[in-house]
Amino acid sequence: MEVFVLSFTIFILALFVGVELINKVPPTLHTPLMSGTNAISGIVVVGAIISAGSSNLSPTLAAILGFVAVTLASINIVAGFLVTDRMLNMFKRKG
Amino acid sequence: MFALLNFSYLAAAVCFILGIKGMTKPKTAVRGNQMAAVGMLIAIVAALLHHQVVSYASIIAGMLLGGGIGVWLAKRTAMTQMPELVASLNGIGGAASVAVATSTWFNAQGAGMLGGSGWTTAIMASIVIGSVTLTGSLVAVLKLKGNLGDSRNNRLWQIVALTCLVAIVGGGASFITSATPNPMVLAVVVGLCLLLGVGLVQPIGGADMPVVVALLNAYSGLAGAATGFVLGNQGLIITGSLVGASGLILTAVMCKAMNRSLPNVLFGGAFGQTDQATGRQDEGD
Repeated sequence: MEVFVLSFTIFILALFVGVELINKVPPTLHTPLMSGTNAISGIVVVGAIISAGSSNLSPTLAAILGFVAVTLASINIVAGFLVTDRMLNMFKRKG
Repeated sequence: MFALLNFSYLAAAVCFILGIKGMTKPKTAVRGNQMAAVGMLIAIVAALLHHQVVSYASIIAGMLLGGGIGVWLAKRTAMTQMPELVASLNGIGGAASVAVATSTWFNAQGAGMLGGSGWTTAIMASIVIGSVTLTGSLVAVLKLKGNLGDSRNNRLWQIVALTCLVAIVGGGASFITSATPNPMVLAVVVGLCLLLGVGLVQPIGGADMPVVVALLNAYSGLAGAATGFVLGNQGLIITGSLVGASGLILTAVMCKAMNRSLPNVLFGGAFGQTDQATGRQDEGD
């Protein structure tokens, strides 16, 4: 229970940090920022790694789902960061 | 070891915060993105060192496969198709959190070590948000591509969404409170959530899709945070809620730039009263 209270505290505080981070974004940066935060939400790969790498994953289904999770999260991360970089570099050339 | 891992997650979170901050200014945007990528690398290394992780075969295979597909997608996609790509990546992220949550649940069930009701609630939240993100993003991609026109049956989709929502709440509650949860209930709930995602996005007009994608992006962050509660992993909770909150604010900022209000975007279509007169001058973002 104590762990949950601590986790919940962190959750709420991080929400506030997230809110404070974004203010006055120029419209040209909306799409790259969206794509960048999308890549960051690939953090779920941490969960995917822990569930795919656990010992004695008992039903085969759990192991398959773990593998699927790692694959999907990796697509999200790699493509997300590369695409954001491509978009931002295009802006730089223009400006 | 525990302390070291948690400090690594903290370092990753700091990188993400600085990265997002950097991405809000044109001058520092490229650096910000790179900073966030470094944070991700730290988080992945920390996860690989986790004491529960003992077999690396499927992890490495998944990373190589996913990374390869990711590089291919990022290189191949034309600049004009970026919004579609971002939307589909979003859906993929949602699917990943559904897979993590269901895998964790089946594993715990197989070992006979299902957690308490709080744990099951977190599993449910992760599954619901993740599946809605998956199909919602899919519909958004089709609409952005123009393959899917604006629906004439908005009222019908509204009813579908509402029915699904009620059924999900009912099914989820019975799943959480049941002493011996049935995997079939889980499967049905996943199916209903997938349908709910379609029902929520389908009534929204194609021009509002960028805002919807931003909102779904916030959802996928929250799904990650829910997964963090499932695994008791602070790194996931911090980063997930960070993305969730900044995604919501970004959604609001984008709405403002388009002269639309968020409730209007989300429900305007569903109630059959579009406000073409008030603000569609500025459709592109």
